[in-house]
Amino acid sequence: MAEPANMAGLEAPSLEVKGLIKAFGGLTATDNLSLEVAPGELHAVIGPNGAGKTTLVNLLSGLLKPDAGAITFAGRDITRLSAPARVKAGLARSFQITSIFRDFTALENVMLPVQAQQGHSFRFWTPVSRDARLTAPARELLERVGLGERADVRAGDLAYGEQRQLEIAISLATGPSFLLLDEPMAGMGPEESQGLVEFLSALKGRYTMLLVEHDMDAVFALADRITVLVYGRVIATGTPDEIRNDPEVRAAYLGDDQSGEAA
Amino acid sequence: MDHVLLIEQFLNGFQLGIILFLMAAGLTLVFGIMDLVNLAHGSLFMIGAFVGGTLALLTGSFILGVILMIPAMLVIGIAIEMTALRTLYARDHLDQVLATFGLILFFNEATRLIWGPEGLVVPLPAFLDGSVEIGLGITYPVYRIVIIAVGLAVALGLYILVGRTRIGMLIRAGASNRTMAGALGVNIPKLFSIVFGIGAVLAGLAGLIITPITQAQIGMGEDVLILAFVVIVIGGIGSIRGAFIAAIVTGVIDTMGRSFLDVLLLLFLPANAAESAGPALSSMLIYILMAAILFFKPQGLFPPKGAQ
Amino acid sequence: MSALTCLRNPANAFTALVLLVFATGPVVMPLIGEPFYVIVFARIMVWAIAAVSLNLIMGYGGLISFGHAVYLGLGGYAVGILAFHGVTSGWAQLAVAIGASAAVALVFGAISLRTRGVYFIMITLALAQMIYFLAVSAEQYGSDDGLNILSRSDFGLAFYDLNDQATLYYTVFAVLLASVGVSARLVGSRFGAVLRAAKSNDTRVQAVGVATYRYRLTAFVIAGVMCGIAGFLQANLESFVSPDMMSWPRAGELIFMVVLGGMSTLFGPVTGAFVFLMVSDTLAEWTIHWHIIFGPLLVLVVLFARGGIAGLLNRKSANG
Repeated sequence: MAEPANMAGLEAPSLEVKGLIKAFGGLTATDNLSLEVAPGELHAVIGPNGAGKTTLVNLLSGLLKPDAGAITFAGRDITRLSAPARVKAGLARSFQITSIFRDFTALENVMLPVQAQQGHSFRFWTPVSRDARLTAPARELLERVGLGERADVRAGDLAYGEQRQLEIAISLATGPSFLLLDEPMAGMGPEESQGLVEFLSALKGRYTMLLVEHDMDAVFALADRITVLVYGRVIATGTPDEIRNDPEVRAAYLGDDQSGEAA
Repeated sequence: MDHVLLIEQFLNGFQLGIILFLMAAGLTLVFGIMDLVNLAHGSLFMIGAFVGGTLALLTGSFILGVILMIPAMLVIGIAIEMTALRTLYARDHLDQVLATFGLILFFNEATRLIWGPEGLVVPLPAFLDGSVEIGLGITYPVYRIVIIAVGLAVALGLYILVGRTRIGMLIRAGASNRTMAGALGVNIPKLFSIVFGIGAVLAGLAGLIITPITQAQIGMGEDVLILAFVVIVIGGIGSIRGAFIAAIVTGVIDTMGRSFLDVLLLLFLPANAAESAGPALSSMLIYILMAAILFFKPQGLFPPKGAQ
Repeated sequence: MSALTCLRNPANAFTALVLLVFATGPVVMPLIGEPFYVIVFARIMVWAIAAVSLNLIMGYGGLISFGHAVYLGLGGYAVGILAFHGVTSGWAQLAVAIGASAAVALVFGAISLRTRGVYFIMITLALAQMIYFLAVSAEQYGSDDGLNILSRSDFGLAFYDLNDQATLYYTVFAVLLASVGVSARLVGSRFGAVLRAAKSNDTRVQAVGVATYRYRLTAFVIAGVMCGIAGFLQANLESFVSPDMMSWPRAGELIFMVVLGGMSTLFGPVTGAFVFLMVSDTLAEWTIHWHIIFGPLLVLVVLFARGGIAGLLNRKSANG
């Protein structure tokens, strides 16, 4: 397992979203949303705050169930599937607000998804700390995201950027074929962001990815196609160039100055 | 089936529901607004009974006892809140459960020290004693009707207070966003003290008005407390409306269940099975109801807003 | 790490001391003229087993069950009711104790685990109350007054007779050690990893593909059975069982023992049970109004010694 292979050995799948609707009381967070991600594609979703991007990620990962609409993953309807089941199908997500196990070491953080990928956990006897089938792959993954030295540090004590790296490692450890990344670069400095851009770049083709991000440099560097979300509705979908030049998008989000972070 | 007994027991159940509502309203306000699990709420019930009962005996008037109990419980409640409970707001629920559990032990023992282990008998004034005809050939105790009336009045009062007054608005603001309300200048600590005080008065009222029927006894709050928690869990934490509906339903089902379950069981079971299963099942009935409701609606009938 | 270095840690030293006291109790106590303490220690050990079982779901699993004492009652009544009807076979009684605890834990867990936070606490309390009232209403088995058990469980083995005090005492001790051992194994296993992770961040565990409900339910059942076995032993020790053993103040005390010793430590429940019961017994001897001291004491522990004894002692060792 030398390269950041798609651990599951699966082909990168497609994702199709049709007419997704989600409302919270009076607020329609997702308004008849449709988009398509082709196999191996890195599809970015951008939009101003409150556009419903994290809601979309929650709907796709299974944390929320839509009021209407359908989600098709690798040709299979997963709309009613539970979150754990979607992970088993190959769909992994990372969280915008770091969601790790703070009291576990970095290694233990990654050992858990590795364990999840290996089947059920009704094993009551062997200590996980001595189980090479968990520790070896976990260590490797930590190396790959650049946390090899920090494997035995308590996750809550890691630097913020390291925690974001751990966040990605956890998602990768489940052996997915599709990555749902919710603002992975949130709060990262320019150097760290650059490192993550390179890392994600290397995954392209082997994984299909949906990337929600505010960092426009990263988005335009990585995305094959971009969807723009405003108030839960898709206002444009296209290649980076098309989006960059779309007047509606510029008005709603990009502004005329495209350097660095969007407004 | 004797319709007299049916209606009587229904009214008894309704009255029990009123008592539960008074307890649950305070509990749900405190939990909904201050996020505080207070097991010692039952102690407030008991303190209201003993303090109010003592005031009634001292002044020779039950009515006066009730009236004087209100400021007394307000003071006692706020004192408890400021000394013992303030530190618990920042803690997690387990800490609150444990600390207030310790408070129960303290209050029960303190009551025993002050009033002795026998409890307190509080007699009813003559004009509240006795029964009255309420139609359909049924006579029903006057005092129980009074309890129901008082409870409904309090329910109405709470509805107006929380929904229509400035204090109520502050309460609701504090409930939905404590930090923001604080930043806007609402004195949150003072608000919490007031809310807790209201809860203490309600609990004390419940304890005192039931005393002529059951006597004031050490530990009387604990059994009511558990039922009150069942009520707010069924009704949805933070919801006064939920507490009212759940309380009445709980009171009626519990009371009528105890009276009529064995009769009902006789339809399905042989006599001696029904006789032994009856009392056992009827005491379990309300918990079975709660389990059933929570199975379908894990956050109660009227869950707090913003819950998923 | 050698055993001696381990013992330098004050928390571990204290644990070792408590275990030593338990191990040598039946020999040392009569020698120093305090034979009564042998029964006291045996009682404490039974509670310790119950606390270890609660720690499994509460300390490691984050599930604060206010109804855990119910399994002590189930185990106890398994002995009592069967003995009442003339079935004194230890095998049968133990089987019923385990079976009843498992069944009840399965049903109660299935319902309660659909809720979270304070709802979970309240529903576990209410469900336990159901069983409590069931026992109170059972006139045939003594109701409130409890049920006397005329003979100890009979395992039909010549060399193993629970009527012998020492045998019973060391059986309890052995079960205590075994329960800690089982706890240790479970917590360190894959199963334990899921449980602990779910306590820390349930959403994340689901997001990596593990449906946590079934693991929590399994832990709930295991804890219930362990506590049921404690109840079985308690019935033999006391020759008595009553609904009071399942009352919610008992459940609260059980939670306290776990917190006092230090939640999510292996021996915390053992030291916690020891300290809790020794302090309450001692206070009770001074004055019948001991609750008035004990209550505030509990409050102070919660406010200032949240990590329990293990936390306090570890802090001391960390500070040199």
